[in-house]
This record gives sequence, structure tokens and C-alpha cells, in this order.
Amino acid sequence: MTKPRASGRTVGGLRTLSLQAPAVILLLLWMIVPLGMTLWFSFQYYNLLMPGMTGFAGVENYQYLLTDPALWAAMGNTLLLVGWVLVITVVGGTLLAVLFQQEFAGRGIARVLAISPFFVMPTVSALVWKNMMMHPSNGVLAWLAESIGLPALDWFSALPLTSIVIIVAWQWLPFALLILLTAMQSLDEDQVEAARMDGAGPVAIFFFITLPHLKRAISVVIMIEMIFLLTIFAEIFVTTSGGPGLATTNLAYLIYIRALLDFDVGVASAGGVIAIILANIVAIFLVRMVAKNLED
Amino acid sequence: MTTVSSKTAAPRSVSGWRSAQSKRLLLTVVGWSVAVVIFFPIFWMILTGFKTETAAIADPSLIFSPTLESYQEVQARSGYARFALNSVAVAFGSTLLALLIAIPAAYAMAFLPTKRTKGTLLWMLSTKMLPSVGVLVPIYLIFRDVGLLDTRTGLIIVYTLMNLPIVVWMLYTFFKDMPKDILEAGRMDGASTLQEVLYLLLPLTLPGIASTGLLSVILSWNEAFWSLNLTTSNAAPLTAYIASFSSPEGLFWAKLSAASTMAIAPILILGWMTQKQMVRGLTFGAVK
Amino acid sequence: MATLQLHNITKRFGDTEVIKGIDLEVNDREFVVFVGPSGCGKSTLMRMIAGLESATNGDILIDGQRINDVGPADRGLAMVFQSYALYPHMTVEGNMGFSMRLAGVSKEERRAKVLEAAKILQLEPLLDRKPKALSGGQRQRVAIGRAIVRNPSIFLFDEPLSNLDAALRVQMRIELARLHDELDATMIYVTHDQIEAMTMADKIVVLHDGVVEQVGSPMALYHHPRNRFVAGFIGSPKMNFLPVTLASVSPEGVTIRLPGGGERSVPVEGQRLGANATLELGVRPEHLILDDQGPLSGQIKVLERLGGQTSLYVQMDNELITIMADGDVAYRVNDTVHFGFAPERAHLFDADGLALPSLQQHPLAGLTRQDNRAPGSPAEEPA
Repeated sequence: MTKPRASGRTVGGLRTLSLQAPAVILLLLWMIVPLGMTLWFSFQYYNLLMPGMTGFAGVENYQYLLTDPALWAAMGNTLLLVGWVLVITVVGGTLLAVLFQQEFAGRGIARVLAISPFFVMPTVSALVWKNMMMHPSNGVLAWLAESIGLPALDWFSALPLTSIVIIVAWQWLPFALLILLTAMQSLDEDQVEAARMDGAGPVAIFFFITLPHLKRAISVVIMIEMIFLLTIFAEIFVTTSGGPGLATTNLAYLIYIRALLDFDVGVASAGGVIAIILANIVAIFLVRMVAKNLED
Repeated sequence: MTTVSSKTAAPRSVSGWRSAQSKRLLLTVVGWSVAVVIFFPIFWMILTGFKTETAAIADPSLIFSPTLESYQEVQARSGYARFALNSVAVAFGSTLLALLIAIPAAYAMAFLPTKRTKGTLLWMLSTKMLPSVGVLVPIYLIFRDVGLLDTRTGLIIVYTLMNLPIVVWMLYTFFKDMPKDILEAGRMDGASTLQEVLYLLLPLTLPGIASTGLLSVILSWNEAFWSLNLTTSNAAPLTAYIASFSSPEGLFWAKLSAASTMAIAPILILGWMTQKQMVRGLTFGAVK
Repeated sequence: MATLQLHNITKRFGDTEVIKGIDLEVNDREFVVFVGPSGCGKSTLMRMIAGLESATNGDILIDGQRINDVGPADRGLAMVFQSYALYPHMTVEGNMGFSMRLAGVSKEERRAKVLEAAKILQLEPLLDRKPKALSGGQRQRVAIGRAIVRNPSIFLFDEPLSNLDAALRVQMRIELARLHDELDATMIYVTHDQIEAMTMADKIVVLHDGVVEQVGSPMALYHHPRNRFVAGFIGSPKMNFLPVTLASVSPEGVTIRLPGGGERSVPVEGQRLGANATLELGVRPEHLILDDQGPLSGQIKVLERLGGQTSLYVQMDNELITIMADGDVAYRVNDTVHFGFAPERAHLFDADGLALPSLQQHPLAGLTRQDNRAPGSPAEEPA
């Protein structure tokens, strides 16, 4: 007798509507207005430095952008950045989740330490890594290398994108750990014990019980990280400013350069539209999954 | 958290006990090593904040005479307090505003659902997928034209809207967990909608509302895309202030560390406190 | 003290009609039980009476006043929820006094009323506890106490005993019946458990698929079910049904041909039956009699000995027939048994599942629970 009861009252619909209205209207404005403007601008000649030149540009902004080698470099960097960080955080996060699920002395504190980087603001993590960790002469990594007889590495000029990947992965590894650890706690202990009775060792249990159980959580991690990683900005802004050359310019940073450094609103907007399309491809999958989750 | 498990305390044989003990020891060592390595940059930053500038760029060393010099200088010279105040105002202002808008919406969705409720929720979620960089240009231009650039109000508006979907979602899942019967019992007892919310819903879901608020504070506090692009000096929060250390002439590690430590400490503690509920908010309830 | 009338009530959720036109009369001080399988609409019906759900069509009247548009709190009702729905952040006293607090009743008066109710329910020592610190039975009593302090004209109970264990359920059943006598109030009670319905009700309303199948006293429903559904639902173990064929109809009854070949005459009205009517015979397990000369027979498949009674499950063609026999019968599984029944205990159902009316009324059919009371019990005294 506990089937879901929709509110049957006639005024219910109205009351629901009025209570939701502020949130819905604000979000609608927040979405529609800038989105519409971005779309509109992307078809206009609009450069803040050239106030005289206005008017319909057709697909010229897109043409310009799509033939601009910078865009393809930025797309490549975006993909590399997202891809590598995903691999590191998901694989690392799963392993760490298994590790921190085991009982050992001081596990609670160790867990708290391991998830901490996620709560550090991106500008701080980027600068701490850039200066105190990766500095070619005074950084901890340089000191470590020298103390075992290796030459110190100038991370940001020798391996600029790798350096960014390391910083971003350091920030997001705890996120994956946090989510996967939580998911792991909902694993039925009886199932593991049944598997052990069936003769499964720790490795078999990981692959046949734990990993399938984590499947959904892992896909959630992947999708949410993708949404955020597609538009990584602050970490690049405070470390390399997209350089050297275009080595660490991703899509977000390129749009920033076009918009707020070159003041070319039209081209920047076209870039924005591309970013939105990319994000939406990911978003469709995520929304679908959450929707499925709403059912149960 | 750190108790000796009763399973290992009841050994079947001495050798079994030994291997269980050594396994535990190994786990402890590995677990702690990993945790320490991950936490090291934060630890090092905190340490460096207590060094002098010369000690900060010297060879790494754990032995030094701690000083509060950098903290004092950061406080005195750079107007740290102003940035911190901006961060507090923006994070808490946007959170309060978001809660105020979201509580009625989440209440309606959880307790007065219609056919469209599920769709509305998913749509709200999807607005979160809109990459901020995609709408940077129009927002920047609108803010410029209406005079919201570099104002706290401007940032509060952006953060409120940015976090609104997550706040609605989290509140919705917390409200959903509350038995509907209790509100109906209240209605039978003569409570109006407002009384229902004030006497029953809010007291009973306070932990959920608090962790939702904290998540919103954390996200706003750490947000660095809009703060870097929409503020310059007046309304710049700590994220932007720390970013100013990136310029070559600003390479004062001890001061950077002192300022950073102050900037992240409160959020780090809030984050530790609410990690469980954050999972729910960050994954839109898909992982519990 | 109040009466309740429902006139042609319907309820729709979207496209599904869950209540399909219900008319009902509840008398003053009556204990009425809505019973039916899950999904029959009994809870929805109660929620409409409570005002938690609006009726799509029809009128709800309390003491003759239409209250469809009156808010739940202003109908003069109190409801005890299945989950108890206690306010977890308030003490027992706070829970019981909440409605008065909302109504702006002074603290002293509140306390006095709560104490009064607590006394009836033996809750005095628990007044300062939170619901978390109470046992299931105590929570149940607090939920009832919360209803009592409102001094309602009608009490509504929504499956209030379903979260209790079996022993406590029996105890609360007795306590509720006592409460009904003591408070002298009209009570409406929803349950899916026919034993609760049989033991507590003055009047049972059997609901199925959003319609009322039958309204009547427990004994009337047991002895004179109006149709096959009520016959199967009331009584435990369930009534047995056997396909039979019509032999002849006379003013004394209907003669049927049994599966084994024998014939029996059942004292029911069969004048409206056609010559080739298909009929179904219904006999309750406790009315089947083991008898070596009996017209029916079958093989025992399962045998459950309960001590005082033995249940036999007997295979007869395609039917598994349940027989309640004496505890000491000596049969074993796979034995063949012969059995019969007293014709006045048998029911006949036509092709539409409607019962052919009995020619004699059972002497107890009009009995209500109130009639069971000894004269001079408190409720019988003038109020």
C-alpha cells in the first residue's frame, strides 16, 4: 500500500509551481541568456578593440577558429589533459579505495590526509606545486633528484603539459578516492564472504566482486571529472599561462585569450559554442545515468 | 577508526596470528606512506609558512626555527584581510541566497511532486553541465554593462546560480529521505505549510541542510574561474589573491605559504567534517 | 461523537482510477474496519476522509456537513499512521501536545491534557523520552495518545499494528478494543489482516480494486459472503472452491452434482439460474467433515499437525482442498480420504462469482462486537 502518491489536490500543481518558480526562473535565465548571447556573438563580427567593425559574420568566426592551428593544439591539449588525469585518478583512486578500505592502525586519519588535496583551492595547489615542489633549483623534487644523483628537472619548460597533468591529477585523485571509497562501503560483506567460501583469493575478489560493484561509481567519477576537467583554467592561469608557446593551452584557456586578451568576442564565442557542444556530449550520458538512478 | 579489530584478536593459531599481524603491519605502513605522500605538498606548504624567506628557498629541511614573520607580513602589507573578507562574504552570501531559493523548490519537489518534477530536476542538473568558459563572454559583457564587474554582488550572483542546481539536488535527496507521514501527521495536527517547514522539516533535516550549505561554501570559496575573470581588486577573493603570487616578482614562498595556509585551513576542516555528505552532493545522489 | 457518510466517492491518480464510486455510512460510535488486499484503495479512501488526499468526485459528510473542502486539521479527526509518524525531535509530551501548541493552547492546559491521555495509555513514565528511546509498542501508544489529546470525533487508524511483532499485535488489538469502549468514539480502521477485521470490527467494509465488495458485521461476512471474493478473503484458512454442475432447482434449495458423482442439495435460492448454469461450490476448511461415506475424496499431499488441529491438503482432480480436522486423526501423507460437508454450511457461486442467497440467515449474522459485551459494561451506561 505504499505506492508513490502523486499529490492529487488541484491546488497542488499550482503550489508546487510557485515554490519552484524562483529557482527555475533564475536557472532558466542563467542558462538561456548567456547561451543565446554566445550563439549570437559567434555569428557576429565583434571585437572590442575594433568598435567600427560589426555585423553578421556568418560562419566566418567558426571558419577562422577551425582553421586556426591554435584551436587544434588546444583541443589536443584538452584531450591529453582530460585523458591522462582520468586514467591516473580512476586507476589510482580504485587502488587507493581498496587500500583505505582495509583495516589498519590510524586508517581514519590516513584517509583524511589522502582526501585533503580536493579541498585545496586550485590557485593554491598550482602555486605550491609550481614553486615548492617543481622549482628547478629549490623545489623538493629537484632536491630529491639531486640527492640520488640525478639532474634536476625544469618541469615547466621540459614537460609543461605533464606538469599540469600531475597537479590536476593530485587535486582529483582524492575526489575519485572519496567517491569510490563511499561506494565500496555499500558492498555487501556477505557477498565477499560467500566468494571467499567459494575459494576466491584477494585478487579474484577484486576483479569479480569489487570492480563490478564499483562500475557505476567509476562511471559517475569519469563523467563528473570530465565536465570539470574540460574547462581547467586556474591551474594553467597561475603556472604556465598556456605556454611555453601553446604547449599548455587548453580550450578554456584559448577562449580566455581570445576573449579577454585579444577582445575578439566573436571568435571567443565560437570557441565557447564548441566547448558547450563537447561538454554536452558528456552531459547527455551523465544525465541519463542519474535519471536511471532516480527511478530506483 | 583506529581500534584493534576483534577479528584479529581471536586468532585460530599462533602462526595465523603472526601472519595476520604482519599483514596488518604491512597495510599500516603502505597506507600511511601513501597518505603522507599525497598530503606532503600541503604539509610542506604549512611548514614553509613558518620559515623565513631565506629558509624557504634553501635546501629542503625539516629543521628550522619557526617564525610567524610571514604571517605578520601577509596580514600587515598585502591587505590579506580584505581578500579574506571578500571570500567570506561571497561564499556565505551566495550560500545563504542559494539555500533561500532552493529550500522551497526542494520542498515542493520532494513533497508535492507533479509529473514534471523529475524532468525539472534533471534539467537543473544539466545546467550545471554548461561549461563556464562557454558563457564567459556574455557574462563578462553583461556585468561590464551593468557595473557588476569586480563587485561582491556580481560574484555572489554567479556563485548562487552556479551552485543552485547542486543545492536543490542535495536538499531534494535529504528531504526525500524524510518520511512523508511525519509532515502529514503535522498537517493533521493543524500545521500550516510554513509551520510544517519551520517546526518539522527544518529541524529534522538540519544536518542535511548544514552539509549542503557547507558544500556550497566550499565550492564557492575554492572557485577560481569566475573570480579570476570577473574581479580585479575590489571584490577579489582569496583565490585571486593567491593567484597574484604567480607573477615572477611575487616569488616569496614563505609569504605565499602563509597566505595559502590561511586561505585553505578553514575549508580543509569543513571538508573533513562533511566528506560523507559531499559525495552525495557531488554525484547528484548517484553514489551513496 | 460523529457519523460519517461517503457519497459516490471516486479518486483518480492521473489516468488510473483507484476508487471507483464508493457509498458508505458509518454510524456514531461504530468501529468500522476497511479491509482488502494491498492496492485495493483502502488507504487512499482513509486518506481522503482524513483530508490528506482530495476526492476527485463525490461528497464526504461528517455529521451531515460536507467537508470536502475543509483542511485536514479542521475536520475534527485524528489519525494514527502505519509508521506512527512520531516527531523524532520532540519528546513524548511534545509529540502529544504538538497540535495544541499549534493551536496556541497554554502550557499548563497542554500538560494537563497530555497527562490525562498518558494515564489512559500508561505512558506517564515515558513523557520525557524521545521516540528513539521507545519500544515499538510504546511508540504505537504515543501515536494513539497524540490522537486522543485532540479529542477527535472520529479516529482513523492506518494499519497501525503492521509494524509490531505477532505477540504485541494481539495485545494491542485487545487494547484498541478496550480503548474504543472507553473513549466511546467512532473509529475507522484500515488493515489487510482479516483477523484484525474480524476481531475488532462492528462493521467490516471489504474493498477490492476500488469498489466495496460487501459491508456487514464480521459474522455476516463469514456466514453470508456476497460473492466469491469476500468468501475467499474472509476466513482463514481460505475457503475451498470446487466446480460443480447444476442438477435441479426447488424451493428448498439447489441440487448440485459433485465431482465424485454424488448429489447434494444446498439450501440457497436458485430460481434465477438457467438450466446449464455453471456453479462453484464453496466450503470452508473447518466445515469439511472427514467421513468414510462422504461424497468427496482425494489423496493427502501435505499434512500439518498443529496439535489441537490438523490441516490436510488433499488433491482432488486439479484442486488442492484444505480440510481442518481434529488434532488426533491418524492419516498419513498419500492416504486417500473421504469427506463431506453439512449442506447449510456450503455456499454456491454463479458464473459471475455472486453467491446464491441463503434461505436461512445464520443466527449470529447480525451480531456486532458491541453485542458481545456483557450488559452493564461501561459503554452501555448512558453517557
